[in-house]
Amino acid sequence: MLSSAETEALLLSLRISLESVAFNLPLAVLIAWLLVRARFAGRTLLDAFVHLPLVLPPVVVGYLLLLLAGSHGPLGAWLLAHFGVRLAFTSTGAALATAVMSLPLMVRAIRLSLELIPAGLEDAARSLGAGPCDRFVSVTLPLMAPGILAGAVTAFAAGLGEFGAVITFASNIPGETRTLPLALYTALESPNGDAPAARLAALSIGLGLAGLVLAEFAARRLRARLGQ
Amino acid sequence: MLEVDLTVRAGAFTLRAEFTAPTPGVTALFGRSGAGKSTLSNALAGLIRPTSGHIRLDGQVLFDAASGVDLAAERRRVGCVFQDSRLFPHLDVGANLDYGARRTRGATIYAERAEVIALLGLEPLLERRVSRLSGGERQRVALGRALLAQPALLLLDEPLASIDGARRAEVLPFLETLRDRFAIPMLYASHQYDEVLRLASHIVLLEDGRVLASDTPSVLAAHPKLRAMVGIDAAGAVLDVLVREIEPATGLVTVAVGAGTLRFVLPGAVPGAQVRLYIPARDVIIATRPVAGLSVRNSLLGILASISDEGADAVLATIAVDGARLQSLITRAAVAELALQPGMEVWALVKAASLRGHAFGGRNPAVP
Repeated sequence: MLSSAETEALLLSLRISLESVAFNLPLAVLIAWLLVRARFAGRTLLDAFVHLPLVLPPVVVGYLLLLLAGSHGPLGAWLLAHFGVRLAFTSTGAALATAVMSLPLMVRAIRLSLELIPAGLEDAARSLGAGPCDRFVSVTLPLMAPGILAGAVTAFAAGLGEFGAVITFASNIPGETRTLPLALYTALESPNGDAPAARLAALSIGLGLAGLVLAEFAARRLRARLGQ
Repeated sequence: MLEVDLTVRAGAFTLRAEFTAPTPGVTALFGRSGAGKSTLSNALAGLIRPTSGHIRLDGQVLFDAASGVDLAAERRRVGCVFQDSRLFPHLDVGANLDYGARRTRGATIYAERAEVIALLGLEPLLERRVSRLSGGERQRVALGRALLAQPALLLLDEPLASIDGARRAEVLPFLETLRDRFAIPMLYASHQYDEVLRLASHIVLLEDGRVLASDTPSVLAAHPKLRAMVGIDAAGAVLDVLVREIEPATGLVTVAVGAGTLRFVLPGAVPGAQVRLYIPARDVIIATRPVAGLSVRNSLLGILASISDEGADAVLATIAVDGARLQSLITRAAVAELALQPGMEVWALVKAASLRGHAFGGRNPAVP
């Protein structure tokens, strides 16, 4: 079975990934909504910016986070001065790095579900007396829910394995930022690490598989809900 | 009264609509696809914004560009039934019905849930998921949902267009029921003349984003533009009349047309009931003197008002029988042989079987 260090890495991975999903959810819904329904200058730029982590080397994202949210970065210094919150080299920072990396995955899934909702349904809700917030909550959000669920599950599964951005921004601190992939990397670097590495790799594969199956299940529910 | 005077620009299309329609009553927006029916409906519902003009419903200003009034769609109390029904797929039928009912904003409740469900036959569907409804069922639910929001105006944008012929005949009676039960102004966009004749007390004729005419079906039935739209085969007179008497043994009803009468079979009619008669032009025969020895029982004396060319071999003769106008499709040869000329006294002969009548409402202001 797993050693205590491996269990610690697993629990830490689960916690950090969960935090990143919780942080991303409202943001991803807002961005997806802006990209699909709003018409504003800079929409294409926002779209590209959100998707940037998909094409950048994760190390670059980690490095940019260090520049911005490190103790000497503008955001990091402000957070430290006003709230005493330190991001770099902490598990919160690891969650932030994971969030940035998985945001595009979540936005894409939610956006897809939003695009599948016929715009006419919101007009129907309007003519039945529902104001903007009312119809978002009573029509748009429930119809997006399976997409949100699929996005969250995918992002959670992907977040468990985030490596480059986490190690760059939050380092590899046992019990604080040493998540599954970092523990796996550490095991590979150490002598006699083959067995732990194999266990951790199997664990990662299992979790990833479960995540993808769950996400597919959620996507199917979306289609069923929309009668497709 | 519904007063509309507006301009809408949607891409390259411009709609310029000015008309008034009586309320309550059913006003048909009649025109081919692309004439601007949906654009007009959406503008009335507040879903698109006109560039200029005004919309007033029974004295209430819904939109007025000059004074900057643009009541939000959710506050207009204009109910919509769309061609594609737009039921909420995540809610069952009952919850769809309740959606508008929960958002009436203190409006007077005139359509009770139980009554609407009974009138539209929705009871067996209440628990059903929306995706498991037939086209006709969907539109009935959409109708009930719109009605339960207690609208001040009900817009029906080609509600039967996505339903096949046989099912369409199942939904029409429900629309008639609603028209007769609730004194709610209805606007019915359609390109189906038969539906319009069944339902409408007023017609707004639309073509290429313009209003060609706005009047009662009886008057517009003689309008050349309407004839061009429906085709010469559907040309005919539309008469709103009262049942004078009924012969119980045969079911023959007698109605007055000017000084004359017409007799035909109309099941279920009662004396005094309002009836809309449609008399196809191709079923009306013209005689220059009274004829004996014919099986045709309906014969009306009138004045030949006009003879208009309808291409090829046919002409359309209009016969004024006091206020009513009959139409007769005859050959050019017949005109020459009988020496027909406007101003002549003629008899219009109609077979009883050609007369198509249906009971038309109890509260309709367009029918005297």
